[in-house]
This record gives sequence, structure tokens and C-alpha cells, in this order.
Amino acid sequence: MDQTAKPTGTSPPGNGPAGPAQTVIETKDLKKTYYTGAGALEVLHGVDFKIKEAEFVAIMGPSGSGKSTFMNILGCLDVPTSGSYRLLGESVGDLSPDQLAHRRNRYLGFVFQGFNLLPRADLLENVAMPLLYAKVPGAERNKRAREMLERVGLGPWVHHRPSQVSGGQQQRAAVARALCGTPSLVLADEPTGNLDSQTSDEIMKLFRELNDQGLTLIVVTHEPDVAAYAKRLVRFHDGLLVHDAPVTQGPGRE
Amino acid sequence: MFPAMLLEAVRAIGANRMRSFLTMLGMVIGVAAVILMLAVGEGTRLTVKKQVDSLGTNVFIILAGFQNTSGVRSGSGNRHTLNEADAEALSQLEGVEAVTPVVNNNSQLVAGGQNWNTMVMGVNADFMAVRSWDLAEGRPMDALDVQSGSRTIWLGQSVAKELFGSVNPIGQTIRVKNVPFVIEGLLAAKGQSLDGRDQDDTAIVPITSSQRYLAGSQFRGMVRMIMLKAANADIMTRLETEIRELLRERHHLVDPMQDDDFFLSNLSAVMASAEATASAMTLLLGAIASVSLAVGGIGIMNIMLVSVTERTREIGIRLAIGARRRDIMTQFILEAILVSLTGGILGLLIGSVGAYMVQAIWRTSVVVTPSSMILSFTVSAGIGLFFGFYPAWKAASQNPIEALRFQ
Repeated sequence: MDQTAKPTGTSPPGNGPAGPAQTVIETKDLKKTYYTGAGALEVLHGVDFKIKEAEFVAIMGPSGSGKSTFMNILGCLDVPTSGSYRLLGESVGDLSPDQLAHRRNRYLGFVFQGFNLLPRADLLENVAMPLLYAKVPGAERNKRAREMLERVGLGPWVHHRPSQVSGGQQQRAAVARALCGTPSLVLADEPTGNLDSQTSDEIMKLFRELNDQGLTLIVVTHEPDVAAYAKRLVRFHDGLLVHDAPVTQGPGRE
Repeated sequence: MFPAMLLEAVRAIGANRMRSFLTMLGMVIGVAAVILMLAVGEGTRLTVKKQVDSLGTNVFIILAGFQNTSGVRSGSGNRHTLNEADAEALSQLEGVEAVTPVVNNNSQLVAGGQNWNTMVMGVNADFMAVRSWDLAEGRPMDALDVQSGSRTIWLGQSVAKELFGSVNPIGQTIRVKNVPFVIEGLLAAKGQSLDGRDQDDTAIVPITSSQRYLAGSQFRGMVRMIMLKAANADIMTRLETEIRELLRERHHLVDPMQDDDFFLSNLSAVMASAEATASAMTLLLGAIASVSLAVGGIGIMNIMLVSVTERTREIGIRLAIGARRRDIMTQFILEAILVSLTGGILGLLIGSVGAYMVQAIWRTSVVVTPSSMILSFTVSAGIGLFFGFYPAWKAASQNPIEALRFQ
């Protein structure tokens, strides 16, 4: 197993110091085909895409445009049918499920639309879970998880269960969990989909703050207001990347 | 990592208390049944073993044969076809450790104000050795007693108790069929024989004294039975052939077609088979009880499969944040083992309590052995592992994307 081998071109993950920006992800001619009973269905027709450290990218596109499939591949939850995907310089196309799990654990953080916290565990345990699978000792786990929760403003709620706090707070906890393993990249799939507009703004402001501190972020959304928080906007249409440009207007920009 | 997983397992079990309890109940009943059945079987086996040992090991019993008069056959021992000389001749065979002729007389024993009817056996000094019978008090019967035909008697525990209560009977005089005998010793307790008779309800006297004072037989020197002890178990088969040949020769039974005029039986073999039967019964009871354990295991598997389906989303989340398949499997197997082990321990307690209740109510010997406890403990953990494996494997082989999408 090469799980301990460090991929090339890695700077300390997360809020690394400013320097020559590292390439975090890079895809070339990325294709994905699903084989169903009805036949083969190609949902990504060859995507070239690159993200450098400390970027904040919003991905938009209608349903069926292939953006979810693209996100799943970027998140190492799925592998491309052809083309290459390099995460921190390492090609992940040929990795085994357990090796992919290791990459997700060490280099990636996920924020989902439905928060996806475990209902039986309190916020502290939820946030500490990536560290559990990274085999970090218990005391250290709890210390880091507590720090993360304090950082997202949930200090007083560490021992509450997800059902005992609001949706916004749950999503904050989910963000804290995504950050807890000090990932190189955080992927957020419709993070504001289940929140009202005020809480949505809070979450996006939090993302913006984290990005300002050096965190690399990708947010999938169908709301222009949310996408406006990003610095770069990418659009998908019919399995192709059709638009890729910096965001010039939006909240937080003077 | 392990404490966190264990905590998670406890929580998952606690989240569905009723369901977990019912699942456990299968194991509780299974293990309790195994413990109880093994305890009953083991108790029976030990009882039989004790009785077998009480008869003495490697013992042959030779009974006097029956009379065949014009086709009317009387029972064995009714004709005294054995005599003391036969016993003397048998003692010369190689590998014979001890031999005693035995004559029985039902006699009324009177001591002080008490009287008691019992079987008084006339034997020689080898009797105690043949029967592996110890002396509780007093002195053993010796060759001189037999030679002189002295009026000496040794009482079994039950007889002593009936006649003397707690008073020490050694040295007292007792009347047997109105003949005074001096009590020289007290036999150790033997307990019940295989057919339930009290072996301690007896007394022994020198065979010569029995013939002189008690038998009143016109066939002096004739005996009802000879008991013989072999030096070890290996020579039993050879000795059986030699005893038969010697007795037939001595009784002039030259025609091979002619029946023996005696009955030769090897008690050890009979008893060993009784013991083997008891062991087989233990096994059989255990096997039957194991079926309920298997049923309990299937219950665990069933509930674990339901649990895996219910927690598909949780599995997806765990996989997404970096759990390997091995981590997921460990989690679910741990849960299954925890359920079955808890059930097993409860079953162990209930089974043990049940065993002692059976003992108290039916007054039979019931023995819960440490090995059956360890067995049921390991078996219940093993059942959790075995029946939890497939559900855990199913959990671990989920596709993370589909698992996350699961509602």
C-alpha cells in the first residue's frame, strides 16, 4: 500500500503560507460513462480543469449537466472512465477503494446539502470523526475538534446533538468537520440548499473567511447569489465545461 | 480508535432498545439452554461415574448357575454350583489381585433396644480389596478371622446408623440371628448402586462364621457368588477366557456344547458402557441446545441486515470522510459481537441459576463446569463474529455515492 507515500507537490495542506501557488487539482480530457441496462451513457465529454491553492471556485449548471459527477470524481468518491485526474500531482484514476478513502481522509473535506451529521453523536464527535479514521489519538482528536468548532462559532454547543441545534449550526458543524483533517481542498455540494437566505449568507461568509485564510474551496450551487461569493465561476452544460471566468461582482468585494 | 468504535456500537444498540433486547433474547435462551443441558448431562455422568467407581474397578462377578431339571429352569444362584475351592483355584490365575467368595444371608440384627433386617455377607479378607471399599473405623478383617470363623462383624454405614445412631459401635456386641457377634469395624460410605439400592445397608462377617452360625446350609463350602479383581484393565479379556476355562474344567464341563453352570460378568465393562451412555447423553443434550444457539445467531444476522440498510446513509458519510471498508466492517462486527456476547453472559447467568434450581427441586446432581462456561462465552462471541460477518461485509461494500444518496 502506498498510503503513506506523500503525493508530490504538496505544501502543508490548508492555510499554507503565500508562495508560488501549488496546483491542487488538475483534470485533462476527463470523461465519465455510466453503463446501465439501457446502454452506455457518457455524462462528461472531456473536461480540462485546474485549480491552484487558495482559489474559491463556484460550479454552476443545470441538472444533468454533469457537475455532480464531476464533483464526485474530484472528491475521490468516483473514478473517471478515461482522461486523467491528478490530486496534488498524484493520479488517482487507478487507486483502490481503500486508497481513495485515504485520499479523502487526508486531503479532502466535504460539506453536503443535507449536513450529513451522525444523529447519535454530539457535535464534537461528529467533527472529530475524520481524525478517528486518520488514527489520531482520542485526546488530540477532541482538542482539535473543539478548536474547529470554536473557529466556526459553535464553542458552546460541542456536546449538543445535531437535532438539538439549528440547521445553520449543523452546517457550521459540517464545515468544522470538513476542516478538521486540515484538508488541501474542501468540496461543498449545494451547502446552502437546505438553509434560509440569512443562514446561507452566514455560511458563505464563513467560506469566504476561510478562503481568505488560504483554504482552497469548490462550491457547487444553482443559486447565483451563492456563487457570487466565489472568486471564480465555472459553468457546466451537457457534460462540458462551457464557462470559466473570475467573479468580479458580489458580496465582500469593494 | 477502538474505544470510539465500542462507544458507537453501544450507542447503536441502545438506540433500538427493544429490538436489541429481543435479538439478545435469542442468544440468552440459547446459551441458557446449553448451560443447563450440559449441567444436567454432566451431573448424570458424574453420578454414574461415582456409582461405577463404588463397585470397584476391573471386577468380575461369577454367580452360581441355575438348575435345569427337565426343562424347568430356576434362577441363577438357586443351585450352589460354586464353592470355596473354586475361589481358591481362581486366585492362582496370573493377574488376579484379589478373590472372595460371597454367601448372603438376610438376617435380623439386634443391638440394645434396636433391631434391623439386612443382608449379611460372608466373605474373606480380600473382600474390601475387591470392592475397593475403605474402612471408616476399626480394624480390617484378616485371614485369622476367616480361618478361625470368629464371631466378628463389620457394619455398613446405614446399618450402624439404624442400630446405634451416633454412638460409636466399635467393640459392641450385636446379635445376628440370635448369635452374638463383636463389631470390629465400620465400612466407609459407598452410596447408591446403579439400580438405586443402598450399598451401605449391609454387614460383612468371615465366610466361615457365616456358614457356621448363619447359613444353616446343608451344602457346606458352596457359595452363591465369587468376586474377583484383576490387577489392571488390560488383562480383563484374557482373564475372562481363563476364568471360564478353569471353571468349566473344574466343573467337568468337557462338552463344548454344554452351557456354563455359572454366570460370568465383567462389571467394569457394563459400567463403562453406562458411563459412555451418560456422556453421549450430555453430548446429545448439548447438541439439541446448540440448535437454539444457531437460531439466536440467525436472529442477530437478520437484525444486523436491517440495521445496515437503515444506516446506509451513515455508512456513506463515514466512507466519504475517509473510513476504509475495514473500518466499516469492524464497526458492524463489533456491534454483532457485543449483542451476542451480552446475550451470552445473561444466558450464562440464567442457565447457572436454572441449573441450581433443577438441583434444588428434583434433587438430582447438576454440575455447571467452568469449561461449559468458557465454551458458551467463546461460542456466543463466535456466533456474533460468524453471523455478523455477512451484514458487515454488505455494509462495507456499499458504494459511497449511492450510500450518500440513500434517503
